[in-house]
Amino acid sequence: MTDIRSFESPKEAGFGDFVQLLKPRVMSLVVFTAMVGLLVAPVRLHPVEAFTAILFIALGAGASGALNMWWDADIDVIMRRTKGRPVPSGMVEAGEALAIGLALSGISVVMLALATNVLAGALLAFTIFFYAVVYSMWLKRSTPQNIVIGGAAGAFPPMIGWVAATGSISVEAGLMFMLIFMWTPPHFWALALFMNEDYSKAGVPMLTVTHGKKVTRNHILVYTIALVPFALATAFTSIGGPVYLAVSLLLNAEFLRGAYRIWKRDEAQAEADKYKVEKAVFRFSLLYLFLHFSALLVEAVLRANGMGGW
Amino acid sequence: MAFPPEHEIYRRRFSRNLGVGLALVAFVALVFALTVVKVTKGDMMHANDAPGMLGSTQPIQPEAPKVSP
Repeated sequence: MTDIRSFESPKEAGFGDFVQLLKPRVMSLVVFTAMVGLLVAPVRLHPVEAFTAILFIALGAGASGALNMWWDADIDVIMRRTKGRPVPSGMVEAGEALAIGLALSGISVVMLALATNVLAGALLAFTIFFYAVVYSMWLKRSTPQNIVIGGAAGAFPPMIGWVAATGSISVEAGLMFMLIFMWTPPHFWALALFMNEDYSKAGVPMLTVTHGKKVTRNHILVYTIALVPFALATAFTSIGGPVYLAVSLLLNAEFLRGAYRIWKRDEAQAEADKYKVEKAVFRFSLLYLFLHFSALLVEAVLRANGMGGW
Repeated sequence: MAFPPEHEIYRRRFSRNLGVGLALVAFVALVFALTVVKVTKGDMMHANDAPGMLGSTQPIQPEAPKVSP
């Protein structure tokens, strides 16, 4: 039988497998934060330009995701959380992931620069380089601070959105960057506390693996405290206002409470209730970021209608 | 004679071809729309002799009237 059906388990990727290569869940966060960065900026872009900018910022993030999957295929296959990804599952070859990652990187950077400005394109290129090379290839496997420094890659999208609209970097863009940058460590370390086995098996030096969970709990509290001033300071810039301040105060109080509860617990308590608090704080951290950026968007809408701001 | 059921591999291949095709069409449409917007707004559309542009052509100075001897 020469028909293709003679193969017992054909591995041929469908379009969906290539979409998975771009980490669509991460892309959705990038789309949202970049969109807020672009919409709260004082300069209005034409809707087609704005759409193009957000699309290619997201595609750039997807490209860095594909490059990450190419590089990390060997550890992704070990971790329960990642072994279903297209490369470790065998649906997409590692070389294909590399080719797609490089091609989409080039397209997204050039298109963003053409649609908006060269600085935005350069920032996107740097972000892709930072995530694929600095984080994935260098930091991730070499230091327990991988999440801290690597978090910068996820923090750039709102800044790129702002730069796409205005053509320059400002305090507001810097504070949006810092909000995500400082949020990333407690967010990921809360995850690492209950996914420790995965990282340990794969030999990824997460803080939980190298320094233990007690130290990680201390770090979560310290980084959450350090996050608060950046989150609140944004309220007093041109993109903030009373609505943002009220939302931010509530969210930071709750996040601090969660971090304190994590810090107070020991492993016996955590294992007894299957990391209930850690899981709750991890889920809340997603809401924390989403609502902060939503509040910025609300302030922008209010300002456009003659309200909002101070 | 009944046709054998279609193997999954054809479905996957079709979804891939369709996805790539639609992505390309969308990209062409986007570039077209972007071009229309850029041309309409006049971004980067200065001729190289527009006033203030680097290397712009200097306007011709009117010649001084010749004085007859």
